[in-house]
Amino acid sequence: MLSQLDKEIIRALQEGLPLVSRPFLALAEKLGIGEEELLAKVRDFVDRGVIRRFGAAVRHQDLGYVSNAMVVWQVPEERMEEVGRLMASFDEVSHCYQRPARLPDWPYNLFTVVHGQTPQDCREIAARLSRTSGVANYRLLFSIAELKKSSMKYFVEK
Amino acid sequence: MTLDSLDKQLLNIIQSHLPIEPEPYKKLAETLGTTEEDILARLKRLIEKGVIRRLGAIFDSRRVGYSGTLCAMKVPAERIKEVAAVINSFPGVTHNYLRDHPYNMWFTLLVESQAKLENTLEEIKRRTGIADMLHLPALRIFKIRVNFDLGEDENA
Repeated sequence: MLSQLDKEIIRALQEGLPLVSRPFLALAEKLGIGEEELLAKVRDFVDRGVIRRFGAAVRHQDLGYVSNAMVVWQVPEERMEEVGRLMASFDEVSHCYQRPARLPDWPYNLFTVVHGQTPQDCREIAARLSRTSGVANYRLLFSIAELKKSSMKYFVEK
Repeated sequence: MTLDSLDKQLLNIIQSHLPIEPEPYKKLAETLGTTEEDILARLKRLIEKGVIRRLGAIFDSRRVGYSGTLCAMKVPAERIKEVAAVINSFPGVTHNYLRDHPYNMWFTLLVESQAKLENTLEEIKRRTGIADMLHLPALRIFKIRVNFDLGEDENA
């Protein structure tokens, strides 16, 4: 469980690390704790996996990955483990999640996000994943418009 | 924007980890053979230009205690703007995309508890009058590559 102080630290950290010489000191002063105490908390959060990564979130478009597609797959339950691991092993796959099928309308139970230079690249990657895994029923869902995209803010709603 | 070789090296390092120590930027400067001022100026520029979306902690929603899901709805073409406005008004909706499928509106939701998650989904159905919603929480995560800011929420 997170303490009240933990939550305050998360709230402060998610605003981003200040661009000053002693950023942890600056945050610690706002929180009314010591710099070393804050550093210890951050290290502990990283060790416990509360902080998945302490680093920079970078926009991939600027690095040349311009096209992506959500590819959904109908995988037999008994092959889920094997297929999930196989698809996750591809560099072009950034996300690979098992989600529930919702029959009859939605038979797909494995979701991947694939990345390429063009939409055609994405289709070819999906075809290759299909050949390699033997999962024949799949569909690419390209995004037509971005209606919202924002960073999650924790513990801001009262 | 054009990235020079030092920008790229800096991005490569800080995507995986920023030093967790009193003077992290000085440490980066030492690693890259430049000055702390140079690192701070570069980071400021990369943030202003939007190359870096956020610098610091990326949390694991589940470990923070939040519940997340991915949802899809069938929204008639003429109602897309209005329905999106309702869905996007919830702060826990971090991503919303229109996709080429009869289930055309796809959004992620992250809230403090499972109960709140279910209440929010019911409220969205009630306020939009659209009951046909796929609720697709992650059952298992095989991979999240964190070094990219991607279309799908890292946490849903």
